[in-house]
Amino acid sequence: MKRTISIILAVLMTASFAACFSGCGNSSSAGEVNVYNWGEYISNGEDDLMDVIDEFESETGIKVNYTTYETNEELYNMLKNSNVSYDVIIPSDYMISKLIEEDMLLELDFDNIPNYDNIMDRFKKLDCDPEGKYTVCYSWGVTAIIYDKTKVSKKPTSWDALWDESLKGQILQFNNSRDAMAIAMQLCGINPANCTKEDVDKAAEKLAQQKPLLKKYVMDQVFTEMEKSQAAIAPYYAGDVVTMMDANENLDYAMPEDGANLFYDAMCIPKCSKNKENAEKFINFMQKPEVAAENCKYLNYATPNQGAYDEYLDEDMKQSELIFPSDEYLDKCYVFTNVPDDVYAYMQEQFVKIQAE
Amino acid sequence: MKSRKPSIPYIIWMVIFTMIPIIMIGYTAFTDKNGNFSLEPFANAFFYTGVFMKSLWIALISTAICLLLAYPLAYIITKMRHSTQNTVIMLMMIPMWMNFLLRIYAWVTLLQDNGPIDMLLSMLGIHATYIGNTGAVVLGMVYEYLPFMVLPIYTVMSKIDGGLIEAAQDLGSNSLAVFRKVIFPLSIPGVISGITMVFVPSASTFLVSQYLGGTDDIMIGDIIDKIFWTDQNTGSAISLILMVFIFVFLILMNFFGDEEAIA
Repeated sequence: MKRTISIILAVLMTASFAACFSGCGNSSSAGEVNVYNWGEYISNGEDDLMDVIDEFESETGIKVNYTTYETNEELYNMLKNSNVSYDVIIPSDYMISKLIEEDMLLELDFDNIPNYDNIMDRFKKLDCDPEGKYTVCYSWGVTAIIYDKTKVSKKPTSWDALWDESLKGQILQFNNSRDAMAIAMQLCGINPANCTKEDVDKAAEKLAQQKPLLKKYVMDQVFTEMEKSQAAIAPYYAGDVVTMMDANENLDYAMPEDGANLFYDAMCIPKCSKNKENAEKFINFMQKPEVAAENCKYLNYATPNQGAYDEYLDEDMKQSELIFPSDEYLDKCYVFTNVPDDVYAYMQEQFVKIQAE
Repeated sequence: MKSRKPSIPYIIWMVIFTMIPIIMIGYTAFTDKNGNFSLEPFANAFFYTGVFMKSLWIALISTAICLLLAYPLAYIITKMRHSTQNTVIMLMMIPMWMNFLLRIYAWVTLLQDNGPIDMLLSMLGIHATYIGNTGAVVLGMVYEYLPFMVLPIYTVMSKIDGGLIEAAQDLGSNSLAVFRKVIFPLSIPGVISGITMVFVPSASTFLVSQYLGGTDDIMIGDIIDKIFWTDQNTGSAISLILMVFIFVFLILMNFFGDEEAIA
């Protein structure tokens, strides 16, 4: 009996310890804001840029508890399954849909976020939040093709180039079901934004045809592969394409004529927040034109902040059709948001099966 | 009862971090998404038999190569002067102070097209691709786990009583007979733990294959990782099958080991 009790005690103690470590659950006195963001996703004072958190702390006197996550799913699990309190989170489009659907976000009080006026109209009422009640867009971008000019002679105009037999063994593909399937669906003439299980089957078949031509399925490894001229062509996110092109002058980009995936991350306040006012102050601060511009320069991803775009960004960056594609191009892009859970699960399963064959 | 007190922290540790997770995996493997009893996860798991067998095969080959390399090495080290022994063991350990991932990155750089190995062999007129195939994966595994094979064998061998060897020599054994009748049987426990320490992690790892393998070298660990995103039940079922396989392998090893030690 004694032993049972001691075991139960130990379990409880460990559990409460874990809760403390993972989310500063009880550290929400006044004067704090708990920010939960992607890793390396805020300007941190490197390269002569602003240390945004430092700046916010000294301007407002509010202490920022900053923690990071690697995937949207990790963020979701933390919010759903542990006793944590975050005030500001920055999930991606499809995760925002899910969080809104499951009633996990608080409505924002835009009176406290006057800098919201700086946001470009296109990014005010996002597809995942059509009424614009829960989100303030943080950054956005499109998927694009990166290729090595010494290996690919003609600038690609479509995702088709990733199925080019003559590049066999030198092609890379996303190691992520959502992005890989979306590319295949576009080629099959399916709009990924509202796909069904049948559409997933067609896309899976397309991807299975591509597999023998591939060198690898990659995510972060794309940087070494392309920068060290190990592969010829890959799809990836525009901001990272810019980073790779800076590292290897033989690299160039191409944007599929039929459009690509437009993705964005937006700041939200989850229901577990205990410092909503401070959270709104933080969001407001992040949308000051000069701050938004610093973050944009650090990330190489586009900012939705018109003030930052007009006054603080270099011409080079503004002119880049890769970072800031034209409105006509963006109209052709799709946003990959409201895929139902069961279709997503099916998509993931099919993608794993392609890799396992 | 008193004598068991010191073990209580360990028992608690085992319960929390070993027993409970295994029970949870077992429970998840035998249920469907709604929590009802179901064998469907195991039916789904069958799809991955090919990857499963290939992973075990890669692990087995890597273990065999490790053993072939490590056994003579451990034997040679025990024959050295005592101070030299320490230096050599130290040299074997130093790479392990570095992060696992960094060492794999180093191999990516070494093996890639126009990398040092490719350049060197090109000068001799040999052109080939050295990365993105099963061979590279096995190489990575052997590099990664070789110290885990050398250390236990060396430890056991260096503990062999010199008197036994002298006795064998006095009784007329030549050095081959000494090795066959004395050293080899006594080193078996080291070999067994070496095999265990190499086979078990290499059957379940996926980092090595992700970095050094091609599209056909996906390992079962990678499948489990990916499938867990959306389907914990199938993921648990595959994990459970892998555990059973490894468990059976270990039992076989121990059985084999005991017999040898007696003989």
